[in-house]
Amino acid sequence: MDKVRYFIRVVIARAYVRVIGAQRELSWVIGDTLLPFLSVSAFVLVYRAMKAPPEYTGFVVLGGLLMTFWLHMIWTMAMQLFWEKEMGNLARYLMTPLSRPALLLGMALGGIIMTSSRAMIIYLASRLVFNMRFQVDEPWMAVGIFIVTLAALYGMGMTLSSLFFMAGRGVLYGMQLFYEPVFFLGGFYFPVRQLGMILATAAAALIPTTLGLDALRQTMLGAYRTGLLRPSVELAILTAMAIMFITISIIAVHRMEELGRRYGKLVLKEQ
Amino acid sequence: MAAGSIIEVENLRRVFRIDRMARREAGKELIALDDVSLRVQPGEIFGLLGPNGAGKTTLIRILCTLLAPTAGRAAIDGLDVVKDTARVRRLINMVSGGETCGYGILTARENLRLFTELYGIPWRVARPRVEYMLKVVGLEKKQSVRTNKLSSGMRQRLNFARGFINHPRVLFLDEPTIGLDVHSARQVRSFIKMWVSQHRDSAILLTTHYMFEAEELCDHVAIIDQGRLQACDTPAELKKSVQKQTTLELTIYGLEPLPESWHTLSGVIKLVARQDHVSQMTHLNAVCTSPEVSGELIRTVATDGRRLLDLRTVQPTLEDVFINLTGRSLTEVEMLPDIS
Repeated sequence: MDKVRYFIRVVIARAYVRVIGAQRELSWVIGDTLLPFLSVSAFVLVYRAMKAPPEYTGFVVLGGLLMTFWLHMIWTMAMQLFWEKEMGNLARYLMTPLSRPALLLGMALGGIIMTSSRAMIIYLASRLVFNMRFQVDEPWMAVGIFIVTLAALYGMGMTLSSLFFMAGRGVLYGMQLFYEPVFFLGGFYFPVRQLGMILATAAAALIPTTLGLDALRQTMLGAYRTGLLRPSVELAILTAMAIMFITISIIAVHRMEELGRRYGKLVLKEQ
Repeated sequence: MAAGSIIEVENLRRVFRIDRMARREAGKELIALDDVSLRVQPGEIFGLLGPNGAGKTTLIRILCTLLAPTAGRAAIDGLDVVKDTARVRRLINMVSGGETCGYGILTARENLRLFTELYGIPWRVARPRVEYMLKVVGLEKKQSVRTNKLSSGMRQRLNFARGFINHPRVLFLDEPTIGLDVHSARQVRSFIKMWVSQHRDSAILLTTHYMFEAEELCDHVAIIDQGRLQACDTPAELKKSVQKQTTLELTIYGLEPLPESWHTLSGVIKLVARQDHVSQMTHLNAVCTSPEVSGELIRTVATDGRRLLDLRTVQPTLEDVFINLTGRSLTEVEMLPDIS
């Protein structure tokens, strides 16, 4: 079997676990769609009470959709190698000749498919309840921004998964500290420009969803044109971020394995 | 390295630096493997015997490319486990007893398929293997049941099946029958023997706590203790080394500790006691120079005011070999922490 086909098979095999898991355990429907929808609804109602223009409903819903991807990336994708080790699967994976980036990509792809179904439910519920409509002037631009945002976001997740793996359980507690600041800097429910250019630019440089969300709002909400940068510029920056994160993730996973072998951290003590 | 060996280990050493978290021991080093050398031939089941913390699992992890050695060299089919990791990984697989297999959300069959994909085996080739292995481990009727709904014994059998799915040249079995019921363990042992007889170019490296398992399965056995190889030979040869001595087993009522003088009795080479708190009895394993020493032992027990309940001569086992080499019983040995 040639290397490309083997790579693709590994990606699909690992993605399958997450996709099939989402189908078989439907408890996520409440936790991952109903609860985020309630948050979205609260902000929609606030903007409506303030008599904000109608596109602000779409503005909040888009924030809610991107937030589901962010939360999945940070809590699942970034912790994935750590959890695989805890489950005892990591040693079995690393003992096989599979491509490590293929493994990460499979985890990311599975996560994207699963989270997309959650995002779709939130979107459909928003349409139904708030009669929300997107007004997309440049559909291909919007699709491009969405795909590249996810590539940058999950590239970041693939990088973090190796870093968090080496840092161990302590990362779980450290993540709590970053939760609210990232939530704030992401601009999920307000125009990120309101942070001021310096803070907004810093946030956009660190968090792919900040920039992606800003660009999507500019392309999908008709009258909304108060973005941080022009969508085409944001798309170019996101593309650079995606390439950078994916490259770093490939280096990081190999480095993680090398250090893990040296210090005996690839398997659980009691295994 | 010798030609023809499928596993070659030369002067292997692995030292662990104790984690900062264990403050009292922080910065200290623990020698998990010390100058270990051994060779395994194709078509062989090679046993590694030793107590917990002896270094068996560390050795297996190095051979599985999951751990780097501190010094020395190890090779699988001539390929260095440090330099040729990618090629070594195509040749190996490992099953650890007590592990579960894959993801609970997947069915037994899906879990096996997942691993065939991870090894890059085309489904047309993998499918009959998956079906065969499910049959071998008695999970044919449970193949569509999610793994998290299987009993722990079934999950372990599934894990065992996973180990053979890529037709490895070298299979590492780390306590493969631990936790299995008698019938399942017997089936697993039968399959191991049959598999090796059908794959004469492959080999199995087995660790076990069960002496009878090692005696039943292994062509060669290496006894390892505190990171050092104590002996390596066929079970028959190892037992011969203690056969010139007589092993007596005495059962004494009560749990009082043995006086030091018992250990220095004339004709007694080694004396190991095991207390059974349930029956309130002490079992003595005495390695003696001749059967006549039994008289001296009986007199000593009586003089000390103890009640001798049973005395028998036992055929040497690998346990006796271990006692002879280390002065300790394999089952009773003080456990060392396994920090690997």
